[in-house]
Amino acid sequence: MPHPRYKAVVIGLSAGGMHALKTFIPALPAAFALPIAIAQHNSKSSDGFLAEYLDQIGALTVKEAEDKEPLCSGHAYLAPAGYHLLIEEDQIFSLSVDPRVNYCCPSIDVLFESAADAFGESLIGVVLTGGNGDGSKGLKTIKARGGCAIVQNPETAESRAMPRAALKATAVDHTVDLENLAPLLIQLSALQNGDEHDSGSRRR
Amino acid sequence: MILVPEREKEAEKMEIDMLLAGIHKRYGYDFSHYSRASLKRRIDRARENARLPSYTALLDKLFHDENYFDEFLKGMSITVTEMFRDPLFYRGMREAVVPLLKTFPFVKIWHAGCATGEEAYSMAILLHEEGFLDRAYIYATDFNKHSLGKAQEGVYPARSLGAAAANYKTAGGTGDFSDYYNASYDFVKFKNYLKERITFSYHNLVTDGVFGEMNLICCRNVLIYFDKILQDHVLSQFSKSLRHGGFLCLGNKETLNFTAVKSLFEPVDTKQRIYRKWGDADATSPI
Repeated sequence: MPHPRYKAVVIGLSAGGMHALKTFIPALPAAFALPIAIAQHNSKSSDGFLAEYLDQIGALTVKEAEDKEPLCSGHAYLAPAGYHLLIEEDQIFSLSVDPRVNYCCPSIDVLFESAADAFGESLIGVVLTGGNGDGSKGLKTIKARGGCAIVQNPETAESRAMPRAALKATAVDHTVDLENLAPLLIQLSALQNGDEHDSGSRRR
Repeated sequence: MILVPEREKEAEKMEIDMLLAGIHKRYGYDFSHYSRASLKRRIDRARENARLPSYTALLDKLFHDENYFDEFLKGMSITVTEMFRDPLFYRGMREAVVPLLKTFPFVKIWHAGCATGEEAYSMAILLHEEGFLDRAYIYATDFNKHSLGKAQEGVYPARSLGAAAANYKTAGGTGDFSDYYNASYDFVKFKNYLKERITFSYHNLVTDGVFGEMNLICCRNVLIYFDKILQDHVLSQFSKSLRHGGFLCLGNKETLNFTAVKSLFEPVDTKQRIYRKWGDADATSPI
């Protein structure tokens, strides 16, 4: 029986996020083994358009997460605008309309912290381009639970504040340029429990 | 490399279970089937605000301090709301539901989880403009007595109206929003002919029973806070409370897809999550 090292990916992004999504989503295969949950700060009235668009430009199935929907491989789920996205212990999504966290709804910290509770060491957390500090607390939690922390190289990020804040808060496993993110995720998704962890090869 | 061993995670889960069991036993409020992830966030916030080191310490304080429990309870219920929230829902109501409701001699509406009442007043305004408010009864319920008090008063800070007038227009409002309230100083008060069609009362979806013979039940952004077991329980209560052909309105991102009552309902407006009940609720009661 194979035992994959990782079971899910959570990704947070904000200002500049549209370009980032357009870059790495189409670079992932339809059969990508890990479900991906994405919190992207966006305006209140975006109405599912982004998910439809991303679904069309790549092989991966992209959709807005629905309440109590189970996480499936080959899928990327976006937090609906105006809702926090959380992952429950039994690995289904929950939504909430609780007050903003870090001035944001969806908040990346909310997604990351709930995912860390649900997946523990089997989780990969990714902080990409963005203009505030949301996500750095959550990434720290993921790392503390034994998960894998990835941050976009701030020098090449469209907006540097968020990756910088994440790097400051956590000793991350990988710092990557955007075009190297999909290959790294594919590589990590193939790791089995007991494999040598790939933390030596920090990518730039 | 695993810094928080499984054992510690199990212990944390047990501690939260004990906290919830203690609250249930002491005060009768059962949060055990709330969506755990967001519930935990709210409990953590309460614990941090009270500067308590653990969930058992929080339980100790809650158990012995009723006033503190009241404070805690306010934080456990979701009071985020506004006038004509999700305005396109009200437009969907006007187009798909109102023409059918109008054919009844009188119409009973249950607004479950009304918080501070803004959406119940919005519904009253819509019914008024559609010409049958005088034939409608709106039962608006919540388990947060503090919120219900505010709803009953119908007085809101003027600045809280914020996007209300714009929402009202997007919702298909046919008049002038400011005609529906009197403003004085920094407050607005909704007019009496709206208020007198609404009965605000205490009802806990977790523990209290059905509300009979409803034409429409509006329960928006409440079910997302419940786990699947409690969702199924509440939806079964809703099914029993609805007349044959009655309408169920959920929040924009809520769905019957992953629930036990799915087969009883037919979608009327898939985008605005408006459903109509045709099945027999007693035949498939999950609990």
